[in-house]
Amino acid sequence: MEKQSLPAKNGPEEPVIIIRDLYKSFGDLHVLKGVDLTVFKGENVAVLGKSGSGKSVLIRILVGLLKPDKGEVTVLGHQVNNLPENELNALRLRVGFSFQSSALYDSMSIRQNLEFPLKMNIKNISKQEIDKSVKEVLEAVGLEDKIDQMPADLSGGQRKRIGIARTLILKPEIMLYDEPTSGLDPITSSEINKLINLVQEQYNTSSIIITHDLTCARDTGDRIAMFEDGRFNKTGKFEEVFNDTDEQANSFYNYNFIQ
Amino acid sequence: MQEPVFNARNNKYVLSEGLDEFFSGVSKAYRFVGQYFRQAFKPPFHFSEVVNQCFEIGLRSLTLITLTGFIIGIVFTKQSRPALEDFGATSWLPSLIGIAIVKALGPLVTALICAGKVGSGIGAELGSMKVTEQIDAMEVSAINPFKYLVVTRVTATMIAIPILSFYCILVGLMGSFVNVSTQESTSFLTFFQNSFSTIHFLDLFTSVVKSIVYGFTIGIVGSYKGYYATSGTRGVGKAANQAVVMAMFLIFIEEVIIVQISNWIRFF
Ligand SMILES: Nc1ncnc2c1ncn2[C@@H]1O[C@H](COP(=O)(O)OP(=O)(O)O)[C@@H](O)[C@H]1O
Ligand SMILES: [Mg+2]
Repeated sequence: MEKQSLPAKNGPEEPVIIIRDLYKSFGDLHVLKGVDLTVFKGENVAVLGKSGSGKSVLIRILVGLLKPDKGEVTVLGHQVNNLPENELNALRLRVGFSFQSSALYDSMSIRQNLEFPLKMNIKNISKQEIDKSVKEVLEAVGLEDKIDQMPADLSGGQRKRIGIARTLILKPEIMLYDEPTSGLDPITSSEINKLINLVQEQYNTSSIIITHDLTCARDTGDRIAMFEDGRFNKTGKFEEVFNDTDEQANSFYNYNFIQ
Repeated sequence: MQEPVFNARNNKYVLSEGLDEFFSGVSKAYRFVGQYFRQAFKPPFHFSEVVNQCFEIGLRSLTLITLTGFIIGIVFTKQSRPALEDFGATSWLPSLIGIAIVKALGPLVTALICAGKVGSGIGAELGSMKVTEQIDAMEVSAINPFKYLVVTRVTATMIAIPILSFYCILVGLMGSFVNVSTQESTSFLTFFQNSFSTIHFLDLFTSVVKSIVYGFTIGIVGSYKGYYATSGTRGVGKAANQAVVMAMFLIFIEEVIIVQISNWIRFF
């Protein structure tokens, strides 16, 4: 099941996200303590860490939902920390964010959910263009038949898919997935994992996939980054991270697979 | 052995922490209000969403306002009649009712009902959007959630609540007329004219201003409580509940202040 390595790239790798020495605390709670990470164009980085360790805080900082205390974050060549609002918004359109809770607008139908980011961001967009985009992303996530339902009528896995579709509609270059498989059964989880890989191929995205689900990390990540105690203590291919004597990595592994 | 000492410093600390919290709350609310005025007049304007919200407000509160307005009209008239009869002044009844309903009861009752139905609705709706990350989802898709959610709702309450107040006044007068017509045979038109005979432009104007202020209060308090709801379903309930309590409290204070101001204006 392990993810096939990507075809060899030609030329030097181009970084799309660079995080340098990032710190963030809430009062006395030090959540990020010197985080360093680089994500290259076209790759999926799976971030593994315990819940409550600060993974969501990290990707929230990437899109400017939270401000870091210290450190540098560069996304697609822009320093996120000190962008003026209009430039930050322009950057946000190029980054898709899939929320842990899916965050579908529950007063809107699926169609309206998908149309909303388009209508609000692209002036004078025609009805045909909107319909075409909606159809396209629904096909990509395989839920064409749900178009006129309300979010409350969908299952957890379907909501996740629609949440992903809603970010795809703006054709992002980077995808950030916050716990895409949490709360889902193993079969649905593996479908979401496939979808994440499909998005990477079809939409040429680079992604950070935050998870505490080892299967998800193995199946979607070209590279694994272990997040522990406020920083990344280990990155590399799945086999590299888990095929050694590192206690923390192994306890994570045992918990997930041997239990 | 260590003596137990009264720890004055500790006590002071608790007090100052409470004060700190209070003032930081006040400044947060102040900034929230300021943000409304800064963003309300800047494009893009979400007109259709404002209209939607106006209908939503009407839909939520119309039944209750109709019922309450009508009953207040009947009961108030029924209760006032004997008192006026004692002085042989029943002919004053319509103008008394006019003054009471137009100047005080209509706007106030409407505002209180809307604080309960609309304010809590906004608090709960925005609160649940907040805790389920829908507000964040707007923000990361480059949509200004304050503008789309808060500005539209507050503007809608400022438009809808004055309209509902006038509706309440009308229904109240109709209720009153129902009671009057059991005793005397006047037409509704005559009754209506009589009840407005002592109402001046300033009175109407004050009622409109009052309703706009109440509308603003209900919208902004509901939005504020929802927008800063803490996570969890309990946070949503708390936001809805606090929105009602806070809005009603402010409405009573505003009522007193506005009546006072309009009296000064009349005096000059
Ligand atoms: N806005 C916030 N204010 C205060 N504390 C926060 C905030 N966001 C997150 N935290 C705290 O930071 C820690 C990490 O949270 P989070 O990033 O959500 O963890 P996870 O790794 O499970 O995604 C938690 O203890 C959480 O309570
Ligand atoms: Mg999280």
